[in-house]
Amino acid sequence: MNKAIRFIPLVLVIILGVVLYRGLSLNPQEMPSALVGKPMPDFKLTTLLDKNKVVTKEDLKGDIVLINVWATWCVYCKYEFPDLIDIVKKEGIVLYGVNSKDDRAAAKTWIKTLGNPYIFSIFDEEGSLGLDMGVYGAPETFVIDHHGIIRKRFAGVINPTTWQQEFKPLLAQLKQERATEQGK
Amino acid sequence: MLKHITMVLSSIFAILMLSSTVSASPVETFSFKNDVTKVRFQTLTKELRCPKCQNQDLADSNAPIAADLRKQIYTQLNQGKSDQEIVDYMVARYGEFVLYRPRVSSLTYVLWFGPALLLLLGAIIVVIILRSRSNKNEDKALSADEQKKLQQLLNSTETPLKKEQNNQ
Repeated sequence: MNKAIRFIPLVLVIILGVVLYRGLSLNPQEMPSALVGKPMPDFKLTTLLDKNKVVTKEDLKGDIVLINVWATWCVYCKYEFPDLIDIVKKEGIVLYGVNSKDDRAAAKTWIKTLGNPYIFSIFDEEGSLGLDMGVYGAPETFVIDHHGIIRKRFAGVINPTTWQQEFKPLLAQLKQERATEQGK
Repeated sequence: MLKHITMVLSSIFAILMLSSTVSASPVETFSFKNDVTKVRFQTLTKELRCPKCQNQDLADSNAPIAADLRKQIYTQLNQGKSDQEIVDYMVARYGEFVLYRPRVSSLTYVLWFGPALLLLLGAIIVVIILRSRSNKNEDKALSADEQKKLQQLLNSTETPLKKEQNNQ
């Protein structure tokens, strides 16, 4: 009995070690969004290319949709653009942009020179939509299902690797869900 | 000598005090309609964490998102929203994570009550150990047989150590 007690500190230290060691490999930036499982927030904003065209949440509804938050002040967005264009071409996804807290003219120039991966970009000059979506940087990408519910928030750059890991399985699952619902 | 040490210590202390008061914080000018609102703004920005630079509060952070959220808090205070409403607004968008003082929920029970439980556990262990010790002391009364042996040892003129020395 007494001998067993002597090992308690050792056991505690090992447990603590395992917990702390695991903590080392966690990414603190990877947080679940508070909005996952909630509907896409309402908005009423113009599109980037046409300042007279007003779009709302309804314009995004009906399909499985990706929403990518970008801006010209975001350096990593520039790296992301070619991969986004590529992925849209290959995978046939529905991708919208949110141009966050940006200058309209500068953003238009970007689209012209780098190419446009988006069906349209929502021009969010004040960052109000970004705030409602819980965005805290760029690039960030959201996956919205066919009911208009946010299913995923991904903070970081999309490239072929992160696409395979983070998005492909989820999109396959969502398509499966939609197929079974329509089958009923 | 002692004087030197006190001097060194007091200067270190002074440096520490100064450095804690001179902390870089973002420059923004908000004008408040009264002191109560000002204090509420200061408290809220200290209680809420910046989602981007995770070890800074909103008051301290230079990240663009922190500036946006400060502005948002300022606007909502002017709209006459309560502290609770503002905190709820933030939690709805950025999650429980933004609270430096997490709410009591099934997820945070360990956080809130863990330390008290550990303290209690420690106290219980100390009590158990102390008790078992005092019990052992009571058992240590010698039996008649042991008492006899002890007497023999005490009476013998040669201790084992002396014997060894003699042999050498």
